[in-house]
Amino acid sequence: MLKYFASRLLTFIPTFIGVTLISFAFIRLLPGDPIIVMAGERGMSPERHAELTAQYGFDQPMYVQFWNYLSGVVQGDLGNSFVTKKPVWDEFFALFPATLELSICAMIFAVALGLPAGVIAAVNRGKFFDRTLMSTALIGYSMPIFWWALLLIIVFSGILKWTPVSGRIDLIYYFPNASGFMIYDALMSGQSGALWSAIRHLILPTIVLGTIPLAVIARQTRSAMLEVLGEDYIRTARAKGMSPSRVNAVHALRNALIPVITVIGLSVGTLLAGAILTETIFSWPGIGKWMVDSIFRRDYPVVQGGLLLIAVMVMIVNLTVDVLYGIINPKIRKR
Amino acid sequence: MTEMSNTPSRPSALREFWYYFRENRGAVMGLWVFGAFLIVAAFAPFIAPHDPTMQYREHILQPPFWQEGGSWTFPLGTDPLGRDMLSRLIVGARFSFFVGIVVVSIASVGGIVIGVLAGFAPRWLDTIIMRLMDIILAFPSLLLALVLVAVLGPSLTNAMIAIAIVLQPHYVRLTRASVMSERQKDYVTSARVAGAGLMRLMFITVLPNCLAPIIVQAALSFSTAILDAAALGFLGMGAQPPTPEWGTMLAEAREFILRAWWVVTFPGVAILITVLAINLMGDGLRDALDPKLKRS
Repeated sequence: MLKYFASRLLTFIPTFIGVTLISFAFIRLLPGDPIIVMAGERGMSPERHAELTAQYGFDQPMYVQFWNYLSGVVQGDLGNSFVTKKPVWDEFFALFPATLELSICAMIFAVALGLPAGVIAAVNRGKFFDRTLMSTALIGYSMPIFWWALLLIIVFSGILKWTPVSGRIDLIYYFPNASGFMIYDALMSGQSGALWSAIRHLILPTIVLGTIPLAVIARQTRSAMLEVLGEDYIRTARAKGMSPSRVNAVHALRNALIPVITVIGLSVGTLLAGAILTETIFSWPGIGKWMVDSIFRRDYPVVQGGLLLIAVMVMIVNLTVDVLYGIINPKIRKR
Repeated sequence: MTEMSNTPSRPSALREFWYYFRENRGAVMGLWVFGAFLIVAAFAPFIAPHDPTMQYREHILQPPFWQEGGSWTFPLGTDPLGRDMLSRLIVGARFSFFVGIVVVSIASVGGIVIGVLAGFAPRWLDTIIMRLMDIILAFPSLLLALVLVAVLGPSLTNAMIAIAIVLQPHYVRLTRASVMSERQKDYVTSARVAGAGLMRLMFITVLPNCLAPIIVQAALSFSTAILDAAALGFLGMGAQPPTPEWGTMLAEAREFILRAWWVVTFPGVAILITVLAINLMGDGLRDALDPKLKRS
């Protein structure tokens, strides 16, 4: 087990260095001089230009620059934003809870609906229920989520006026956003209506972000269940006279969950990609919107640092999934 | 299939494939829709009733024909600049199809070559290639594409290049995995003993036997490419206005969502139907090509 863990960790390090190299290369690949880009329309004097070039280390050889960048990254120094002048690291972790809150809600939504849908479809294989659920799942899987978001806004915010169009909470509520998780902070603030307002703001983004994972989980659960339901031990359990619901829920689902958990873990990357679109449409102040805004503002240190942090986060989640998978399924470890 | 039962020999691969593909009604439906999409894309300039960029300033935001104020001149209404929605959608099919073809070609050819190389390469080279792919896969695809487009400059061509780069590692992994399992088989050894060179072994002996999962992947990434290109267009980083690309059309229509439902609804429906048809076809292809699932 330890050996498996060590080998996984060993592949992590070169990937991490590679990811750092890509985000390092990004700012150097941009057409033009980054210092001039930073100066923007105002321009700058040659002396100031030379001073800044030296300050950012652009006059040094590439490998020295990369080494400085890498050692900065390891110490949590990703440079400062061109626009706000604040450290990228601090900005990222100030906005991250918003994305995390939305992602967790989306995942809960996806699992809570996807898992039962997959089980029901598998148990009723080939019947009306199965076909309806799986067609719906395929539609969800094919959904352009940015359009789905606009449709939901038209119906629920425009016509029915049930949900707000954007943001995280109504402006009439004000309380310190201590934890960064709006639901928790609203609950702790004790203001009546604050919690409800926070939840109402979450509903549409959660549905939009959760749609594709929901479809993927439903499809994966169905096929994993179908595979397991054909196994001998299921027949044995049935032959013992166990009730079908107990066989399905306890014997089959528990074994079918292994691939499903992997899929859930691997959807984290999908969620972050989806967060870019969802947060932009709903003006959700998380890292997805922050990245898009920074790309448009040409705030390159933010784009570079955000890209790196997101990739590292995806890598850590994938590593965790791999290790968990090794713990659940001993067959994998042996390889 | 009476003619099939008359012939005792094994049916040709293509006919066998069609036999299993036909079993899946959704897949056949997807194929029909995709065929219609192809025809529309191919003959777009002849089918479209109007020039997609022509602005009829006296018909701004006209609703579809079945609504009050609509007319048959503009069957699906007009957009905020008075351009005909139907013509823009028809010409937009062309861009989506183009994106799909170009992205899948670049990503699959590159991915297959790298994957076969990795499968046959000595261990150190294989490790390097696979680590490189891991690095690309560590970035969420849309984010990496977005940043690449930011570097290259926003345009449809650059969006296609970015999406192809992002999709390529999937082909590499898939090809390498099937090459690895094929390579052990006896027919490869006998070809090697018979004196086949490395190139011949890689691309003529082994590769054709690895194609089934790659074809399925190609179908599925066709739809991913269309979705991602539309998403980039929607974010303003893909095709630039006034190009009638579906995602770009949605981006332009965003501020009118509460006033004119049709400018927002139709481009999305077009994306959804196309992607759905391709995914249905992909499912059918997988059922027909994957022997493990065939008779289940």
